[in-house]
Amino acid sequence: MVKSIISIPPKAEIEEQTALPVEDLRTYPAKQPLVSKLQPKMETRNLSVHYGSFQALKDINLKIAKNKITALIGPSGCGKSTLLRAFNRMMELVPEARVSGIVHLDGQDIYGPKVEPVEIRRKVGMVFQKPNPFPSSVFDNVAYGPRLYGIRSKRLLVQIVEQSLRQAALWDEVKDRLKESGLELSGGQQQRLCIARTLAMEPSVILMDEPASALDPIATLKIEELMQSLKQEYTIVIVTHNMQQAARASDLTAFFMIDEKRAGKLVEFGHTQQLFISPKQKQTEDYITGRFG
Amino acid sequence: MPRLTLDREIHLVQDEVLLLGSMVEQAMLKAVDALKHRDLAAARLIRNNDELINEKRYAIENRVLILFATQQPMAHDLRQLAAVLEIITELERMGDYAKGIAKTVIIIDEDETPIPIREICSMADMAVSMLHRALSAFMAEDVTLAYSIHEEDDKVDELYNYVYRKTIDAMIANPDTIDHGSNIMWVVHNIERMADRVTNICERTVFIATGELLEMSSSDDEWEEE
Repeated sequence: MVKSIISIPPKAEIEEQTALPVEDLRTYPAKQPLVSKLQPKMETRNLSVHYGSFQALKDINLKIAKNKITALIGPSGCGKSTLLRAFNRMMELVPEARVSGIVHLDGQDIYGPKVEPVEIRRKVGMVFQKPNPFPSSVFDNVAYGPRLYGIRSKRLLVQIVEQSLRQAALWDEVKDRLKESGLELSGGQQQRLCIARTLAMEPSVILMDEPASALDPIATLKIEELMQSLKQEYTIVIVTHNMQQAARASDLTAFFMIDEKRAGKLVEFGHTQQLFISPKQKQTEDYITGRFG
Repeated sequence: MPRLTLDREIHLVQDEVLLLGSMVEQAMLKAVDALKHRDLAAARLIRNNDELINEKRYAIENRVLILFATQQPMAHDLRQLAAVLEIITELERMGDYAKGIAKTVIIIDEDETPIPIREICSMADMAVSMLHRALSAFMAEDVTLAYSIHEEDDKVDELYNYVYRKTIDAMIANPDTIDHGSNIMWVVHNIERMADRVTNICERTVFIATGELLEMSSSDDEWEEE
């Protein structure tokens, strides 16, 4: 007997399969809330940054939404990295840099008179373009911050290191190599080690300055996937020159340009999907379609 | 800074869409002409040439997919190329309608029963004219023109309803003409659907120009709601 290649599922199964959530599938994507309605984790008001007499950023008003990934894009010299550094007071480490305006973290002015810059940098961690692990073991790299904060308990440190490496999606690859030098790891692993080092400080915001620009495509995708899992607990701001990366990895995108005096200004801010399909500003359109310059 | 490669490719894709459009226009006009003159040879040619329309559609689709993969179009470029994928699908289906009419010519053969050919030719002229201008609106991204073409669909629907009613009446009066009448209804149905699909092209033009995906309402929709 020839066996039928078509298997007919029992009626109950058919009904179950067809009982799709029709309401949810009717429109895609679901209507996005206005960016101004999103719960802000950080917020700038009329933020300007000067290097001596040169104005690098002019009157930036931007809300960084909680538990979202915000990408900052724009041509070189438009102030993206400057803004990132203003978000955790690293700008103060630059001689002649002057910040004016307001930057709030959870509603508190981070440049307030009683605020310790070190505490802000703990809460707002930073991952740099080039992986920069310390020339010490994988374990010590991650334990460095907590130790600096006075944690001496070996048991607690082991716990923090494991948890941070797990969150950075690196644990399985290094759990047997914790005593090896962090510099022995591949570029992508080194970058995730740096992310783990940041996570060990229990920040609430992670700033990433072109975190994948020195990595190969596979390592890049791993970082992007990692960002997606991290945003459940953290708020992420990423500067990237790679527009495809901004489109792939972020929820919101802010596009910056320089004005006639070469000061960086915010041109457009919106949901990433909207900005890359139907930008509102011509400058944004020209930039993301590669017709800028 | 222009993107020479992408811009050149987009222009080529647009040219190919216009070419496909003119193949469809010709197919529809010739199909109705074959019906008018009971030209079986012409009908067979139209039926066979539909394959060329299908091939052209897939060639354009491949070209667009390659551009997605190699040029990563964004914003206006992305909308334009995404719209092309939709428009060529509509054009290919219109080609099928012309082929359907050609097949009907072959089926009717030498049946002498009268055909409302004047109305059928008018409908085809209107639908083809709508298509022609819809593709101009697509090229120029002319939203106003796109909306005005969509409004003409009602006129095609009116003629369709007229022929439909007349054919039904004829079939009731003389049941021997039921086969013939069904064929005629098939012809006018195809032309009416062609005009509907022109509206879909107009919707895509609005999408390219504004980024808004919308459905243009028609008097058909109102009728359905009643």
